[in-house]
Amino acid sequence: MWNYTDKVKEHFFNPKNSGVLDSANAVGEVGSITCGDALRLMLKVDPDTQIIQDAKFQTFGCGSAIASSSALTEMIIGKTVDEALTLTNRDIAEYLGGLPPEKMHCSVMGAEALRAAIANYKGEAWEDDHEEGELVCKCFGIDAAMIERAVTVNGLTTLEEVTHYTKAGGSCQTCHEKIEEVLEEVLAKTGALKPAKKHTPGTVGLDAIKPLEPKAEPAAAPKLTNVQRMQAIMSAIEEMRPQIQRDGGDVELVDIDGKDIYVRLSGACSGCSQSAGTMMGVQMKLVEKLGEFVRVKPASLMPAHAG
Amino acid sequence: MSQGIYLDNNATTRVDPEVLQEMLPLFTEHFGNPSSMHGFGAAVGGKIEWARKQVQALLGAAHDSEIVFTSGGTESDNTAILSALEAYPKKREIVTSVVEHPGVLALCEYLEKKRGCKVHRIPVDKRGNLDMEAYRAALSDQVAIVSIMWANNETGTIFPVEELARMAKEAGALFHTDAVQSVGKIPMKLADSAIDMLSLSGHKLHAPKGIGALYVKRGLRYRPMLRGGHQERSRRAGTENAPGIVGLGAAAQLALVHMGDENTRVKALRDKLEQAILAAVPSCFVTGNPDNRLPNTCNIAFEYIEGEAILLLLNEAGIAASSGSACTSGSLEPSHVMRAMGVPYTAAHGATRFSLSRDTTEEEIDRVIAVVPGIIAKLRSLSPYWQQEAGKPKEFAPVYS
Repeated sequence: MWNYTDKVKEHFFNPKNSGVLDSANAVGEVGSITCGDALRLMLKVDPDTQIIQDAKFQTFGCGSAIASSSALTEMIIGKTVDEALTLTNRDIAEYLGGLPPEKMHCSVMGAEALRAAIANYKGEAWEDDHEEGELVCKCFGIDAAMIERAVTVNGLTTLEEVTHYTKAGGSCQTCHEKIEEVLEEVLAKTGALKPAKKHTPGTVGLDAIKPLEPKAEPAAAPKLTNVQRMQAIMSAIEEMRPQIQRDGGDVELVDIDGKDIYVRLSGACSGCSQSAGTMMGVQMKLVEKLGEFVRVKPASLMPAHAG
Repeated sequence: MSQGIYLDNNATTRVDPEVLQEMLPLFTEHFGNPSSMHGFGAAVGGKIEWARKQVQALLGAAHDSEIVFTSGGTESDNTAILSALEAYPKKREIVTSVVEHPGVLALCEYLEKKRGCKVHRIPVDKRGNLDMEAYRAALSDQVAIVSIMWANNETGTIFPVEELARMAKEAGALFHTDAVQSVGKIPMKLADSAIDMLSLSGHKLHAPKGIGALYVKRGLRYRPMLRGGHQERSRRAGTENAPGIVGLGAAAQLALVHMGDENTRVKALRDKLEQAILAAVPSCFVTGNPDNRLPNTCNIAFEYIEGEAILLLLNEAGIAASSGSACTSGSLEPSHVMRAMGVPYTAAHGATRFSLSRDTTEEEIDRVIAVVPGIIAKLRSLSPYWQQEAGKPKEFAPVYS
């Protein structure tokens, strides 16, 4: 059972302004039939004052769709067309005391019907560019279509970046598998791991969602080529081996994956309670040598496809 | 709400008070671990074996050792399919239907994506009947297991599982059926059947939630999903859910007693409800195959209105039902079962399931018959697809995204 507010219930069980408005001079029809929503909004606008004198709706949809439509008409009657245009879907949701994240699209439909109706009044063409997909992140109400858009527009390649740009997966973290699936699909479609384009925050979908601040890049050291960098890592590890071997152990470089350096500890090191300390030591040495931040990880943590 | 009319028995049923009575001593009195070497444990072990015999009797199985207790339908489904793939590692294909429960469908999708399995999903026609030609074509010696439900949870439509199982056997594939909705409503004799594995769930037949069983035919190659202790002859490790198992045993015993009632009185009530609604409400129709379905299930698609709104208004009237609408599930798509049958979106969203049980009374059905037409009319008066005056759908072409 959905957790609807009393306000939503009030507008669902006793909707205001439902039905046909015969004197309408502006009509907006929007909908997403696959999602089970469709809304016809009818307005009567006074041509002299531009004030919306009356509004009625007809809605095919669930409880919150009907409540959102009813709330919308109450909110816009008496406003001028321009005042009404400043309303966003969040205003509708707030008016209703909030909607479950799965139901935010109902408020979006209301806001779009309003824009469609006003475009119709002004004689402009109006196109619905709103897309919806499966809801992925329930904490922030982010759907698959929005993640796809964020990934494509910004050239994102990792789960972390998706979280930074859309907030998806940033709270309870239970949707990480789904986010990675969306990510994989998009990357597979776009010919995959192209170098990430310059990140341009703010170009993603719903305007109300602002990207988190990207992490500050560490101060740029003299830029090494990939070959130089690899050689530097290899020689740093070689330098450390004699010391580790004196304790009866050994360390071996297994792979370099961007900022992740995978090593294998062997001999006395494997299973030793100090091995985490040894890893930290290797990491500090590498950070110092390379002048950039890297993470040293045990080879056992390598992603399966690389192993 | 406590005095409400409950017509959502395909979702879950009320625990029968007699079942509860059988269970209660297992919590405080006979609380021992059946694996223990003392009297506390032995008493519980005996109860579990009694329960196993009741389930055996309900399924008409040849041996009580063919019953493996699990946590429910989903675990049984997952165990059956994964077991077949492990027992026959060279066979990498699975045959299932498009209208299965997510317990099967989501697993198959996962196996397809992550484990390289090939999944054949057999389509259904407009009435929900399986495409037998497509089924025949999908079978081959590459198929490890066929998993097709006995009866559909949304429409109640029954599949010819015995025939399907024989065909699977000829092709050398195992046959599993998710019988969660049909156990207790359809008489079964698995001893004479070609069915290799069968899933059932306690809470669909007046036992509690969290208990179910997997029938595994004697001699079948089987690999457990949960490894650990030797419980259930090492086929399902983990200390037995003793109260749940005893509850399921008691419920199985009662189900045999009441099966006649389900197929006569309950069926008649279902038919009465359905005919009255069809007569009183324009533009609605029964989904699935009305001539071949479970006796307790009725699924009516009300055109031009949306299911969640129907459920909310029914709930206000104290009536509990269920819907294939997108909005009740949190996903944005209407029920995969409705879409598979090609039910138009405007009707699929309004598909409403009434599922009765032996607890349902005639007074309750009369109440529902009295209330439903008004609810449908109220919502249609709000719908842009519905022309009030004419009582007919009207032209409405919104911009679809």
